[in-house]
Amino acid sequence: MAGIPHDHYEPKSGIEKWVDSRLPVIGLLYDTLMIPTPRNLNWWWIWGIVLAFCLALQIVTGIVLAMHYTPHVSLAFASVEHIMRDVNGGYMLRYLHANGASLFFLAVYIHIFRGLFYGSYKAPREITWIVGIVIYLLMMATAFMGYVLPWGQMSFWGATVITGILGAVPFVGPDIQTWILGGPAVDNATLNRFFSLHYLLPFVIAGLVIVHIWAFHTTGNNNPTGVEVRRGSKAEANKDTLPFWPYFVIKDLFALALVLVIFFAVVGFMPNYLGHPDNYIEANPLATPAHIVPEWYFLPFYAILRAFTGEVWVVQAASFLTGGIIDAKFFGVLAMFGAILAMALVPWLDTSSVRSGRYRPMFRWWFYLLVIDFFALMWLGSMPAEEPYASFSLIASAYWFAYFLVILPILGVIEKPEPTPATIEEDFAAHYGKSDATPAE
Amino acid sequence: MFKKLALGSILALSLAPLSAQAAGGTGHVEDFAFSFEGPFGTYDRNQLQRGLQVFTEVCSACHGLKFVPIRTLADESGLGLPEDQVRAYAANFDVYDPELDDTRPGKPTDHFPANTGAGAPDLSLMAKARAGFHGPYGSGINQLVKGMGGPEYIASILTGYTGETKEEAGVTLYENTAFPGGWIGMAPPVSDGLVEYADGHSNDAHHIAQDVAAFLMWSAEPKMMERKQAGLLGVLFLGIFTVLLYLTNKKLWAPHKGKKHA
Repeated sequence: MAGIPHDHYEPKSGIEKWVDSRLPVIGLLYDTLMIPTPRNLNWWWIWGIVLAFCLALQIVTGIVLAMHYTPHVSLAFASVEHIMRDVNGGYMLRYLHANGASLFFLAVYIHIFRGLFYGSYKAPREITWIVGIVIYLLMMATAFMGYVLPWGQMSFWGATVITGILGAVPFVGPDIQTWILGGPAVDNATLNRFFSLHYLLPFVIAGLVIVHIWAFHTTGNNNPTGVEVRRGSKAEANKDTLPFWPYFVIKDLFALALVLVIFFAVVGFMPNYLGHPDNYIEANPLATPAHIVPEWYFLPFYAILRAFTGEVWVVQAASFLTGGIIDAKFFGVLAMFGAILAMALVPWLDTSSVRSGRYRPMFRWWFYLLVIDFFALMWLGSMPAEEPYASFSLIASAYWFAYFLVILPILGVIEKPEPTPATIEEDFAAHYGKSDATPAE
Repeated sequence: MFKKLALGSILALSLAPLSAQAAGGTGHVEDFAFSFEGPFGTYDRNQLQRGLQVFTEVCSACHGLKFVPIRTLADESGLGLPEDQVRAYAANFDVYDPELDDTRPGKPTDHFPANTGAGAPDLSLMAKARAGFHGPYGSGINQLVKGMGGPEYIASILTGYTGETKEEAGVTLYENTAFPGGWIGMAPPVSDGLVEYADGHSNDAHHIAQDVAAFLMWSAEPKMMERKQAGLLGVLFLGIFTVLLYLTNKKLWAPHKGKKHA
């Protein structure tokens, strides 16, 4: 499958030959599991396994929860309490599922920022990157609809606010909003379709995960040096790589177990820490909570959505130029989706010929600033929409766009990269040289 | 390497409660000490039983507990009442039975009655529906140490009355230092000696408030003890598993790695 030369599966016994000539599934599994993987992958490369685990965890716990849950406005909240009190182990199922979503997003953010630092999005891995961004968008949609299902106050009002941004689209917005909600407001029809879609989308994600893996198994993994595996001969490739099984499977499982220790401590000892207390109050369309705040994993982009108010000159200019079609509300929506679109287009916005941030002296600092910017946006998204948070949000949002649209294109031209190692073997030896071949220190 | 791994998760964990911080204008919540705090904290059965007494004699006049099945009063990890007592307790309620189209005495399988007398909210989940602690600077990070503060909030409300009242649109409001905004519609419900405990436990207002707050924590999270046990088991098992995988991984990679240089 991969372009890296390696041993392929050869059916040996009679039964293997019988199966292989009819359905080459053993060979497919063998080649997938034995894929040559750069031996210098560091610990930032373990989050893919964590993500795969999260998807499985969410699907398994979710399917069982769905057996006991009732998607109806007058029964949903009580059915969640039924799960918590009457269903065997139901309290663990629900807390695993709710906190599993947080672990899922923690992992996906680290995974994305790892890709951004080591240039994993660059040719020839653009499709892997784009598919990944689509998975991330579907994760957000799934998580958002899942949060509505318990039918607490934050479920209801979060759904009202977020579907309300669809209404900001010029001309067709209100019609789209009504169509999505199944009525003029968030109600039973909304709850039903969100339940249905919340069940469906994880399987779409699972399909795209297969495509994601297929794509990077075709190009081979990126690695911390960004230097490609040598493909001249099998011997050469073997010096740069080790098979995924057992080397990376065991390494990843070790890291996953460590992450799960923390995860189980959170689920067991403070399962509501990441949730909002208001969601233990049954939804009431007549009582608006004082602060409607999305879950932590939405906060950075929620901050961008709110940052562009009518007082910002860019917004006023856009409104003037379009004759008022793009108002402040719609501008915010465009900015939020634009922030993710800019990230999706980074393979073509980054002009540097060097892949890994490790060898890019100027890029490094801009990247670290982006990480800080991300946390700043997360904090600002939770703050009330007033000064000084509004101005900070605007600055932080502006940096997010500047990084992708201005800094990355320019850096590739003005930056003088440091020399990269000639081969992965050389890099690996520099870190873990064998005692008989100690490199210069 | 673990540092790097852990760093991201710790950062995210510490920032995450940003979404959990609640409204501004919060009152002062006293950090009561409860037996069920921390990873190894457990419910104090006697305290829960006293709390049930306070709820029954005082709170239930206006408040309901509609999500709590009466039979769970027998749960070993909670109040642990004997079955005959649970049955007798249930029989105190008149329950409407749609099959009879009439009321009948309550059974353990019934829930506590819903009650919204005078617009009082249901208390089943109140201890989880309020966060007592929000600091520092509204970040909610102190919840990592102190917990969410739901029961502390309840006890602080019950003991937070200053004695001042005011009339607003024909409604009497009572000044309360713990209530957001400072003025609450509920008249001071507990006072010293209001309830006579059979076990001779101190029955000043402070203790009564704390007992009923503990009971409401149980009513909101009846499976807390089971959950902590499962969590501890998970952490221990995964901890051992992690060590084994660490050793396996080390041995597996050893032939390909020499001494670490950088």
